[in-house]
Amino acid sequence: MEKRVTFSKWRIGILFAVPQLLLIFTFFYWPAGQAVYWSLTLQQPWGGGNIWVGLDNFRSILSNADYWNSITASLVFAGISTGLAMFIALVLAALTDRQLAGSWLYRVVLIWPYGIAAPALALAFRFILAPEAGFMAVVNHFWPGVWDPGLDGADAMASIIVAFSWKYVGYNFIFFLAAFQAIPRSLIEAAAMDGSGVIRRFWDIQLPLITPTIFFLLVINITESFQDSFGIVDIMTAGGPANATNLMVYKIYSDGFKGLDYSGAAAQSIILMILIVALTIVQFRFIERRVHYR
Amino acid sequence: MVERTPILNFFTHLILFAGFVFCVAPFVIVAIAASHNLKDVNDVPMSLLPGSDFWVNIKTAWTTADLGPKLLNSFIMAFGVAAGKVIISALTAFSIVYFRYPGRMLMFWLIFITLMLPLEVRIVPTYAVVANVLEPYQAILDLTGISWLIQKISGVQVQLSLGLLNSYSGLILPLVATATGTFLYRQFFLTVPDELTEAARMDGAGAMRFFVDILLPLSRNNMAALGTIMFLWAWNQYLWPLLITTDQSHAMAVTELKQLIPNVGGAPEWHIAMAGTLIIMLPPLVVVVLMQRWFVRGLIATEK
Repeated sequence: MEKRVTFSKWRIGILFAVPQLLLIFTFFYWPAGQAVYWSLTLQQPWGGGNIWVGLDNFRSILSNADYWNSITASLVFAGISTGLAMFIALVLAALTDRQLAGSWLYRVVLIWPYGIAAPALALAFRFILAPEAGFMAVVNHFWPGVWDPGLDGADAMASIIVAFSWKYVGYNFIFFLAAFQAIPRSLIEAAAMDGSGVIRRFWDIQLPLITPTIFFLLVINITESFQDSFGIVDIMTAGGPANATNLMVYKIYSDGFKGLDYSGAAAQSIILMILIVALTIVQFRFIERRVHYR
Repeated sequence: MVERTPILNFFTHLILFAGFVFCVAPFVIVAIAASHNLKDVNDVPMSLLPGSDFWVNIKTAWTTADLGPKLLNSFIMAFGVAAGKVIISALTAFSIVYFRYPGRMLMFWLIFITLMLPLEVRIVPTYAVVANVLEPYQAILDLTGISWLIQKISGVQVQLSLGLLNSYSGLILPLVATATGTFLYRQFFLTVPDELTEAARMDGAGAMRFFVDILLPLSRNNMAALGTIMFLWAWNQYLWPLLITTDQSHAMAVTELKQLIPNVGGAPEWHIAMAGTLIIMLPPLVVVVLMQRWFVRGLIATEK
């Protein structure tokens, strides 16, 4: 869509965009280009110039078992937490949309978790899921040693998944509810007149009509699970135990700023960028075609 | 509610109530844990009746993590980011929608691409840029030979350097540098009737006048929505402030959380940790509760 009526002094028009362009050049394109450059060279952290090494950084990363472990952990985390957060939110939104008495309460409250900073909720969950105090301690009391996120990798992964899903249930809920409410009431009523029950209407009318939202949330949840997980991992597990929760962004941070391996971190950033861009393209190209639009 | 379904209604209420508990329980547990003393908070199971030490713990957490100045810093940064986004996005969208100039589409795509790569994935090089923001320009001068030219002519060696580590601008500017709000405004500007623009032009209003007196007042709702969402987003930032504020006087509230984690081997002071968590959770929660309408609207409009 374009405007029919515009202003003629276009030189002034460009001036309006200059602040934004300066910002994205300095803080977006330059760093992104820099990341590509670093990933192809070997940078000494204390100066002394860069040596061109071609794809060596990528080769050494991709042959590193720790890195593959980090990718696997990220994918497990993304898969389970996305599935969990979306499923719970879908059920709650569908039920809230039935507009029984008191549904305003759920509309208000279920959104709250999304406002909370990831590290803050991580600390809360670290306490709630702590093996020696809090609530999982009760479980350990009856079956000693069953739950210990500090020693058992699977338990640690479960903890960060719970914390992340808790936050994103609220987020997904907002979008699902908006999508359900956009469905014309007359459609539902017509189906009811034809004798279909609540569950049948959900499967045959509501669910197909909200597929664009489902698919949109799928991509957002996966990309967010790569980024927003940093605070949760840093506070709850610090990547441990034994790298079980060393997700990709956390590894970039610890390699780059703690290990001072700028070139390795840059190469990892590039791989993560490619992954996210690929996801975005998949979003537009493949899944969107099979989605039902009105 | 089209028909009577008593059994299904019962289960609907049941499941929704379970969801309600799932969402609220962590807040309640944090608040209760913050009211216990050291012994009670480590009881198994912890008593769900509030203890009596709430204010003592809040005070201890406040002084231990020095939260006063940290919260102030968080506010400054979150307001800065929100204001920056609201203003800069409006300007850019105005330029893209209301003017025709060469390279406009290229610019549109340059801005659009920034949506794809969040700060977290390009964190290392962005850090280097913030350490010296003029580095890109220095490099351009070097590459184009301008700095060589200047040195030849005036004998002055060009050495641009401006570090923004440990400063508010260093915290704020990189977070403003994405297109999140631009497309919100663009969508809205496209719905503003052309007749309005024509009428304004006929009355002799220039671009600037039209923007300030007509377009901005019309976008008040969008500004509130974008401002709310960006405030929360900036308040909740963690990785970026953690990196660039090494100096305590610029530390944020959220990055202070790490100091509250009970040490292994030390006393498990979960009551203090939870009191601190509660303080840090509260401002965004208040914003969500009070600004719910704008928050929901902003969320749906910025992402779609």
